[in-house]
Amino acid sequence: MAIKVIKDKCKGCKLCIKACPFDAIDMDGKLAVINEKCTACNQCIAACPFDAIEKTEDNKVVDLSAYKHVWVYAEQRNGKLMNVALELIGEGYRLAREISEDTKVCAVLVGDEIKGLADECYAYGADSVYLLEDPLLKNFTTDAYTKVMVDAINEYKPEIVLLGATHIGRDLAPRVAARLNTGLTADCTRLDVRVSSYIDYANKNTTLDTSSLDPNDPSTGIKQTRPAFGGNLMATIICPKTRPQMSTVRPGVMQRREKVEGAKGELVNVKVAISESDIKTKIIEIVKSAKELVSLTDADIICSGGRGLGDPSGFKVIKEFADKVGGVVGSSRAAVDAGWIDHSHQVGQTGTTVKPKIYFACGISGAIQHLAGMQTSDIIVAINKDADAPIFEVADFGIVGDLYKVIPQIIKEWDSAEDLFEASLK
Amino acid sequence: MAFKIIVLAKQVPDTNEIKIDPVKKTLIREGVPSILNHDDANALEEALKIKDMFDDVHITVVTMGPPQAKDMLAECLAMGADDGVLVSDRAVGGSDTWATSNALAAAIHKIGKFDLLFAGRQAIDGDTAQVGPQCAEKLGVPQVTYVTEFKIEKNMKDITVKRALEDGYELISIQTPCMLTAIKELNTPRYMSIGGIFDVKNKTINVWNAKDIEVDLATVGLDASPTNVFRSFTPAPKGKGVMIEADTEKEAADKLLINLKAKHVI
Repeated sequence: MAIKVIKDKCKGCKLCIKACPFDAIDMDGKLAVINEKCTACNQCIAACPFDAIEKTEDNKVVDLSAYKHVWVYAEQRNGKLMNVALELIGEGYRLAREISEDTKVCAVLVGDEIKGLADECYAYGADSVYLLEDPLLKNFTTDAYTKVMVDAINEYKPEIVLLGATHIGRDLAPRVAARLNTGLTADCTRLDVRVSSYIDYANKNTTLDTSSLDPNDPSTGIKQTRPAFGGNLMATIICPKTRPQMSTVRPGVMQRREKVEGAKGELVNVKVAISESDIKTKIIEIVKSAKELVSLTDADIICSGGRGLGDPSGFKVIKEFADKVGGVVGSSRAAVDAGWIDHSHQVGQTGTTVKPKIYFACGISGAIQHLAGMQTSDIIVAINKDADAPIFEVADFGIVGDLYKVIPQIIKEWDSAEDLFEASLK
Repeated sequence: MAFKIIVLAKQVPDTNEIKIDPVKKTLIREGVPSILNHDDANALEEALKIKDMFDDVHITVVTMGPPQAKDMLAECLAMGADDGVLVSDRAVGGSDTWATSNALAAAIHKIGKFDLLFAGRQAIDGDTAQVGPQCAEKLGVPQVTYVTEFKIEKNMKDITVKRALEDGYELISIQTPCMLTAIKELNTPRYMSIGGIFDVKNKTINVWNAKDIEVDLATVGLDASPTNVFRSFTPAPKGKGVMIEADTEKEAADKLLINLKAKHVI
């Protein structure tokens, strides 16, 4: 696959150069020339008014039919499933059913004495559980987990493998993908297998022109959508030539299914071959953080502060606000970079992706990289002195004003919201 | 025998400076500076600290990219690295992480035996965090990612690192040769020094093409990459909501609460 400029049609207008996010087009006199930075992202094709740029597809047909079913790496730590594992079982269920009726979603449990977690996987939608148990797998190590995952994938040949984009998933997945010589897409926020589903998603949520896509296209290759360039650009990535198709998925983005108590499924005991000499790292100790656990992904309400707070003491006001409304404290990258608050509070492309019922953005200007992590919140409230701040472009409700005056009023009036609402109806 | 450290670095656009054209919905790249990727600066800093502490430490910074990535390598040399390697070739252009790691691993292979491979956790333009681990895989060395503390014993063999987890950390021991990825919490990168900038002209930046690194051309570049971009687009703005007009802060607060109540979110 490559991008090609049709020499006769190019007028040298340079619009493609402006449109290219990768600086991948040069001018050779009056002709646009694609250079080595091109990633075939297609932005230039849409930008060209003369249809002078085209994508050349290669038509290699590879037999990928030996691969079947959707695997979810059901990450557990210390015998407890991570939330993202349940979210991915839910997403894997949706994808499996879209591929075909007999495609299963399979949870892969890796650890020691973790068989008990299988029921939880079934309850959240897993058709099967693949169990990889060994005392040497008690805690995550890159070497051991990579080896047993690669062996299992080679033996059972899943079509899709999903992992949570946690510190562990992002350590394990690239290693597994490299050893299998297959593709891996990081930090996905949306997955589709049916072209028709992708079109629906794109039409509802994006600026993408879907007219060139055929809703009746029967192919079910995965389409993995993820933010890039700090959230400035969304890219949908495919993995057409190799199997399995692998993705890591951001925690807090996918929906878990309703829990069905007592649900049953098929248990597959996978033989693991692992010895101590396979593991080159040694865990001396694992320490749970004593600091306040910030669970931004589970919060219904998030009160976030940014550089507009002026100084670190502003987070006292934010904390008071969060305590009053039953929320969790978040922050922008600017506030973290300034050293005002710990990184664990950071919302955004390089922080946590959140989707609370209400997101209060206080003194946050709304840099793209922040918006990428919070713009799917149900309701966004922005409080900022600067009426031109980009945050107001995504806010459901905006208040232009001094947050140090506005927030205390909200705190004060919070409990009387019901009365205020009733009064407003009269 | 010198202790050899290879630092993987990438020149990236400063994504904080990128804006979207509100009408055309395309990226505005003009005036966006190219910088040394933040996490990579942390990786280089840790390598430089080892060099400060021990005799006979040699640091080579390796990158892949267009010819202008030499500027970034020069910056690394001015910070104190000994030499740099730029892999630059149309044949490796458009590589995904798998293909990129094939090219980088080939370049590292050409450089020769190393003790420590240090990379940043991820680059701010792609945010994948995949190239470091995938290079380690191709080179057959163990890895620890998300390193926040690093200590090496005098034997220049035994390393202890602290690895950040979402809910705490792990202390891990590992031996050279190995690959580590750095995050911001590891250290504060130094600035280039005047003397360092002066020294750059006495240091070497090798620019290698695909032939130089003897890489199998079927494993690099756009066509060899297992992943391809299917479509790309700018995210749809959510659409502007209601600006609350009020004369006093109290009125603003009241109006907001009424609106939230009406939406049944509180």
